[in-house]
Amino acid sequence: MMNIEHLHKAFGGLSAVLDFNAHLEEQELIGLIGPNGAGKTTVFNLITGVYKPDEGKIHFANQDITGLPPYEICRRGIARTFQNIRLFNDLTVLDNVRIALHKDVQYPLLSAVFRIPSFFKGEAEMEKKADEFLKIFHLYDKRYEKASSLPYGDQRRLEIARALATNPRLLILDEPAAGMNPNETAELMELIRSIREQFKLTILLIEHDMSLVMGVCERIYVLDYGQIIAEGSPEEIRNNKRVIEAYLGEEVS
Amino acid sequence: MQKTRHIKPVRFIVEVGILVVIFTLVQYLISAGLLNQYYQINLASICINIILAVSLNLINGFTGQLSLGHAGFMAVGAYASVIMTNYMELPFIVGIAAACLAAALAGFIIGVPTLRLRGDYLAIATLGFGEIIRVVLQNIDYVGGPAGIMGISKMTTWPWLFASVVVTLVVIVNLINSSYGRAIISVREDEIAAELMGVNPTKYKVLAFVVGAMFAGLAGALYAHYFYIIKPETFNFLKSFDILVMVVLGGLGSTTGAVIAAIFITVLTAALQSFPAIRMILYAVILIMVMIYRPQGLMGNRELGRRTFGKVFGSLWGEEK
Repeated sequence: MMNIEHLHKAFGGLSAVLDFNAHLEEQELIGLIGPNGAGKTTVFNLITGVYKPDEGKIHFANQDITGLPPYEICRRGIARTFQNIRLFNDLTVLDNVRIALHKDVQYPLLSAVFRIPSFFKGEAEMEKKADEFLKIFHLYDKRYEKASSLPYGDQRRLEIARALATNPRLLILDEPAAGMNPNETAELMELIRSIREQFKLTILLIEHDMSLVMGVCERIYVLDYGQIIAEGSPEEIRNNKRVIEAYLGEEVS
Repeated sequence: MQKTRHIKPVRFIVEVGILVVIFTLVQYLISAGLLNQYYQINLASICINIILAVSLNLINGFTGQLSLGHAGFMAVGAYASVIMTNYMELPFIVGIAAACLAAALAGFIIGVPTLRLRGDYLAIATLGFGEIIRVVLQNIDYVGGPAGIMGISKMTTWPWLFASVVVTLVVIVNLINSSYGRAIISVREDEIAAELMGVNPTKYKVLAFVVGAMFAGLAGALYAHYFYIIKPETFNFLKSFDILVMVVLGGLGSTTGAVIAAIFITVLTAALQSFPAIRMILYAVILIMVMIYRPQGLMGNRELGRRTFGKVFGSLWGEEK
């Protein structure tokens, strides 16, 4: 469903991503790991259009999406969360999700200004849809709370809920378990598996928590210095010599 | 939920009733001669300033784009309407329509290139464009050059003022409380996150800018047809700052705050007119005090709305969630 070929991105003289190639199948759960500064988040930013690649092509659902603006890429069906949570802090939990639903808004601007029936109908439908997402993530009871007032774990889950509300085919999670305790991480793992089933999603995630990566991912890419150094099942990655070297350094002989 | 729906028509009628009462009361006071010229002028200024502050608040407060060129759009509206009424001798409604259209068009033309800029850069660019509008008007002989246009017939009456304020408030409040309004606010909250959630930030910045400019044009038309005379100097950047002060004082992102601040500042300016020597000092001191003790503005980004009144007046308004 997604094909990334020879992706390259440099910041000044530093090549953050060098000849990155990847291939994602429908409904796969794929991990992208690597030491700090390996270029993982840059890859996500390239896929979602935050950065424009210097070279290379990204094909998604048989379409070339290279260089499209982020809102256009979102409309084609790619949604993401952020390493540092980026919710709309001053807005309610409900509004955070409703904003993600806006791209499919069912009434025209003038109908909102004049408050004709199609506005109320559209709003009611939107709220119902948003509530469904909030229920899945156990945030329904907090729908009128400010996003910034939620506990950390809830904020992480709200970000996933918001991303899902854009109705994606590919969900990209940037360190979803960062800052979570082992219990929360285990719950998150369950959640990731279940939303994949329910929404028929392909999921690509960056994570430093190896229990989560090895636990849920079917295939893993390992990135180091902007290049892929290994690819394979969790079992293969665990025993890959280059991966161990990248993480722990070379053995002194 | 069920109860709320049941009670909504009642609420609507009550609210319209309150508006009718306010309108009739003031209209009576004016026709009965109980409101002298001084109060009438202040009333007109209050209405015009409310329109200006609420429309600038849409751009600065809700969209988070610092614009310093609001007086420029007011000028476009003022001149466009006067050309229609005084030069072409068309009815006032045509003048108002022309003012809104011309200002909205100016907002679009200026907004598309400048809204790529952020923060300070956008502020400087809008400030520059506001001044360009003024200087261009100064150099067109057709509209009187620097001397401006005098002897504009007084067409701005209380019904026009009242209707304009109500329309401005209804349109902007309805816009903000819709999915489009949430998209506008999301751009203020986090532009990158908004963009990745499928919101095209440029589109909504331009939308807010055009709507804001349109109502500034409306205010310009009302102003021109109340004070008999317009000249480019009236719409210099100090006028833009006046409006900005109202918005910041009321609280960025609070429509009711903008209304309250517009009333407060207009009344304050009028009241201090009797003390010309210390007027500007007092004015400045009050602003500094507010900024020190309440930097988020009088209302912060909260609204004084049905929920607040609902708490005060009980269940008549219904529970607004």
